[in-house]
Amino acid sequence: MRVELWGTRGSLPAPGTETTRYGGNTSSVLVVGSEGEHILLDAGTGIRPLGLALPEDIARLDILVTHLHMDHLQGLGFFPPLFGHHVEVHIWGPPSTTMSLHRRLSRYLSPPLFPVRLRDMPRRPELHDARPYFRVGSIRVRADRICHPGGTVGYRLTDPNGSCLAYLPDHEPALGQRHFPAAREWTSGFDLARHADLLIHDAQYTDEEYPDHVGWGHTSVSQLAALASLAEARQLMPFHHDPSHDDEQLDAMTAVVAERAPSVTLLPGREGSRLELAPA
Amino acid sequence: MIAAPMAQHPIELILTRELASYLATPMFLVGPEGELLFYNEPAEGLLGYRFDEALEIPLNEWASTYQLFDSASGERLPIDEFPVVAALRERRPHHTSLTYQRPDGARLPIVVTSIPLIGQGGELLGAVAIFWEDRRG
Repeated sequence: MRVELWGTRGSLPAPGTETTRYGGNTSSVLVVGSEGEHILLDAGTGIRPLGLALPEDIARLDILVTHLHMDHLQGLGFFPPLFGHHVEVHIWGPPSTTMSLHRRLSRYLSPPLFPVRLRDMPRRPELHDARPYFRVGSIRVRADRICHPGGTVGYRLTDPNGSCLAYLPDHEPALGQRHFPAAREWTSGFDLARHADLLIHDAQYTDEEYPDHVGWGHTSVSQLAALASLAEARQLMPFHHDPSHDDEQLDAMTAVVAERAPSVTLLPGREGSRLELAPA
Repeated sequence: MIAAPMAQHPIELILTRELASYLATPMFLVGPEGELLFYNEPAEGLLGYRFDEALEIPLNEWASTYQLFDSASGERLPIDEFPVVAALRERRPHHTSLTYQRPDGARLPIVVTSIPLIGQGGELLGAVAIFWEDRRG
């Protein structure tokens, strides 16, 4: 499968001259399967340019939303295929026992936050709860709840040749144990990340910033290195960069992860990155 | 579709353990088969046993170690009547007064509330028991 990063920023877009290398758009990743499946991971601001670049002849798009925080949804209202007529769009999101995905998405896609209602979009999407296991074409998808406030899932995508992508953009794995990462059974996200050929994972905080943000649902660079090593991921892309971190600081944070996870191949999580994923 | 073998506890149990680790209230966490997964430091103080991180103890084993007695009759409580086991079996909360015998033989009156943990898909994930020494009498 092919993986393209169209938005790597967390929380809030961060455009500007100091973020040109890592990018300013929020979470948006395109996965193209070997049988032509087009899967979008999250609908941050990066899906606007992504949508403009999609080939015109695709018949179906699947958007897998990890959770409904605005930085993962904001691009939906500006996603060109929802305003055309020729593409079938499916949106998958974390289930809730109290409110349908349609109602939750409509909180954003309706006045006063947005002028066009979800139901009035020319290409009304089909909505699905992200069950623990489902398929998009030939790609097997596993969705599992992970530690992040507000009901959040991570995704694990496996293609028919066995290559595997784990996507956990918002995640606080250090919760649940006193000495992280002491035990894999008490580590949120372990099953999703285990032996992934590519792990795209939250790297929001420096080690110094994390103690002031415990419970906010994100990861420090040392925790990320520890999780990737524990899960024996083959390659790692730090992701969901804090909007206050410029390119220089992200270079330094990436270097910390590389130093602390020497067994994992580190790929900088930069907007515009493109990778052909094959099994080890 | 074949599910990958589970190595990790469900997120609900991880977060319950996190909550328990911050509480001053004794709290005891079991899995869906009643296996002992965790109890916090306040529970260690009341039970008189340190929690062993290395072991996941089957129900029959821990139930024979932690001795509970019916407060009225003084009889040893059968496993099926342990509040946490009843909460698992009936999928509803249980609240009761019991007597606990510490490892040094001392007996303490305790009050126990057990709550089943049921996931959003309706699956039984485990149960928690919250308990405290009953000083009313």
